[in-house]
Amino acid sequence: MTDAATRAPAVAASWRDFLALMKPRVMSLVVLTAVTGLVCARAPMSPALAAIDVLCVALGAGGSAALNMGYDSDIDALMRRTRGRPVPAGRVQRADAMGLGVVLSLFSVGIMGLAANMLAAGLLAFTIFFYAVVYTRWLKRRTPQNIVIGGLAGALPPAVGWAAASGSAPLQAWLLVAIIFMWTPPHFWALSLYTSGDYAKAGVPMMPVTAGPASTRRQILAYSLLLTPLALAPAFVGLGGLVYLAVAGFGGLLFMVLAVRLVLSHAGESGEARNRDGDLYDVKAGAKAARNLFAFSILYLFALFTTLLAEHLLGVAAFADLIR
Amino acid sequence: MSNNPFGEDPAAARARRLRSIAIALSLAAFVVIVFVITLIKKGGG
Repeated sequence: MTDAATRAPAVAASWRDFLALMKPRVMSLVVLTAVTGLVCARAPMSPALAAIDVLCVALGAGGSAALNMGYDSDIDALMRRTRGRPVPAGRVQRADAMGLGVVLSLFSVGIMGLAANMLAAGLLAFTIFFYAVVYTRWLKRRTPQNIVIGGLAGALPPAVGWAAASGSAPLQAWLLVAIIFMWTPPHFWALSLYTSGDYAKAGVPMMPVTAGPASTRRQILAYSLLLTPLALAPAFVGLGGLVYLAVAGFGGLLFMVLAVRLVLSHAGESGEARNRDGDLYDVKAGAKAARNLFAFSILYLFALFTTLLAEHLLGVAAFADLIR
Repeated sequence: MSNNPFGEDPAAARARRLRSIAIALSLAAFVVIVFVITLIKKGGG
């Protein structure tokens, strides 16, 4: 544990630091996927209860993020991307971050149980436990499969939303979970291909650090081959309409093109990482193909779930009903 | 040295006061949320 993580803060923390502990950008994607699950369930529910359910998912995501930032403050201090976070920067004490995480987690699960049902509360509790304990404490520093297995935590919110609305989690909900689960490895490994210097410095066994860039690029392609057909599936099981099919089809095609270009590139192999002042990462030269896939993967997942959500809100007919 | 009873400088005292307000507002929000949930559930909504 670094001094910065344990000593009294040199600078008084502001509300922005506590907000940063909740990883608001990650939270926004979690909320989008949970709302999609909630709306796709097509269950009648009070708008006020639906809003409280979504708030619970957001606070649960924020709580698990704060626990993650509290526990990981020692390695965050070693990486360029994370060393400015509130705990390693010395603005928030580690115990305060963990306290915020515990309170938010208990609050979100308790309110979810009261507002929705025990299944939704149980799934939310499991999601928080999986991220804060299974991923952060057990997997992250031990195995290169950390983000593969740990990706389940980030994938579960659609099932939480579905359960909150309907009291059940049918196969359609788990299909949405599976899409995010398959999306996670190409997304994070593309990032780690050009930031592996940072991970190696912190002793985090990300795939490019342990298996090398060539193996990582091949595994990214393998997961992309699984992901892109899987993302089409909602259109054939009564979840997605024609627009969704088009977005998943063209998006998947572009995803594959970028994944193939990444495999054919030398991303992650160009020697020492370099950085300029103000850069967020220690970036390896020649990693443009990895950066392109990483950036597109965010847009791709956002587009899939936004389209699905919009189609359900607008009452667009499912593609499976059109061809029946 | 400040005359703050906790021996804090003004910035730290202000931060603590803001944290206290945030905790109070959070508790109030908790009560309101539970109240709203109860009303909706009792009303069959």
